[in-house]
Amino acid sequence: MLTLEGVGRRFPNGTVALEGAALRIEAGETVALLGPSGCGKSTLLRLIAGLDTPDGGTLRWDRGAPPGPGRLGYVFQDPTLLPWATAAENVALPLRLQRATPRESEAAARAALARVGLEGFGQARSHELSGGMRMRVSIARALVQTPDLLLMDEPFAALDEFTRHALQDDLVALAPKPTTVFVTHSVYEAAYVATRIVLMSPRPGRIVNQLEGLPPLPHFPPEEGRGEGADPTARRFSPGYAALVARIGAALATTRA
Amino acid sequence: MKAAPALFAVLTLAMWEGAVRAAALPAYILPTPSAIVGAFAAAPTLLLASLASTLLVTSVALAASVALGVGLALLMQASPLARAAVLPWAVALQVTPVVAIAPLIIVWVGDPFASLVVCATIVAFFPVFSNTAAGLAATPRPLLDLFRLNGATRWQTLRLLRLPAALPLFLAGLRVSGGLALVGAVVAEFVAGSGGVASGLAYRILEAGYRLQIPRMFAALALLSAAGIAINAALGWVERRLLGARPG
Repeated sequence: MLTLEGVGRRFPNGTVALEGAALRIEAGETVALLGPSGCGKSTLLRLIAGLDTPDGGTLRWDRGAPPGPGRLGYVFQDPTLLPWATAAENVALPLRLQRATPRESEAAARAALARVGLEGFGQARSHELSGGMRMRVSIARALVQTPDLLLMDEPFAALDEFTRHALQDDLVALAPKPTTVFVTHSVYEAAYVATRIVLMSPRPGRIVNQLEGLPPLPHFPPEEGRGEGADPTARRFSPGYAALVARIGAALATTRA
Repeated sequence: MKAAPALFAVLTLAMWEGAVRAAALPAYILPTPSAIVGAFAAAPTLLLASLASTLLVTSVALAASVALGVGLALLMQASPLARAAVLPWAVALQVTPVVAIAPLIIVWVGDPFASLVVCATIVAFFPVFSNTAAGLAATPRPLLDLFRLNGATRWQTLRLLRLPAALPLFLAGLRVSGGLALVGAVVAEFVAGSGGVASGLAYRILEAGYRLQIPRMFAALALLSAAGIAINAALGWVERRLLGARPG
């Protein structure tokens, strides 16, 4: 889908947010960008989204151009909802901006809300929803047009553990699932949702290692609980999951050494 | 609890009435509330016509302030060059006492009504202008990114994001400007009234002062206060209607 070669970004204050990033993202992957704060994860995501421009290097799209409006979904760290609009209006916003008819927008918003488990909450405003529900609305908005590429910038970082686990389960179970690039600073989260993990280090932000070859999700043996229909709580204690977390931990230790 | 302000007012007026009577103060020093009511009852048409005149100046000035303030704020939001050009002049206009420039405006504009409106607009426009400009500039960056990612046009971003996001600050500014429009209208009427141009409650206050009709002066003052309270309440109602569905 996308190849990055030597991509860098220096901010006007002189901070090198990202240096020499080289990465290939294949269609259908769920790539986690994992690293501590300030390692350029969000900068890299914004460059992929076209919200920022690199100072050096190239981003090459297999189709010759980045996904246009409606083909790219973006989930911010905060839900980023219009506070004066209902959940359904928020979800339908991308369609409204692309001048879809109200009937099309309403139907698509209803379907997207159902996809994230929020049937019946279309008329609720953001302050009437819990933090987890607001983030679900934000995810529904990103998915409302069935994008080719879904970019998520630490979407669950501000949520409590129960809600975070539920939303991680939703993300893993999403079908059809777009190519996803997911920023996180949680080893456990990266191990849970990703099919490939890109490790990054700060000052300057760099890609230092990649854990490739993880099988497609669900990528734990069904008997270990990551399979479809498995008990979500049991997944968090499966030996396969623990082994993957340990493998990422070891890779991170190598990058620090 | 709701009746508390009315009860306080009744109590204060009763004490005022009693104290003035007990001290046998002449009406040209401090009239009793009953004398003020009597002064109003003696010339209700005159005073209400003057109130209507003042309120007309206030309303037109407030409308002009909204048009000018929002227009300039939008211009500044659209163009950094316009921002650099407009802001110093807006601040200069804000800090210039209208009393000092009102005689010039009255001479330059000529038409009494238009002169009063210009003076009141100068006093009233700044809060709505500065609040709208601040509201437009404070649109959350992630929401702007979201609109950009979804291919929103500048018009869509303004209509669906920047203006609704600026609405609470605009309405707060409007409420301040509503009071200031009345103050500006009264100040302009004083200046115009001193020059012999008769209109509005401020002129009635001047006239009553010259003739030592102090109860009528107080009646005009009471009408001005009531008008100010009514304007504030009306704009508060508009604010609640428009922001009712929002958090906080």
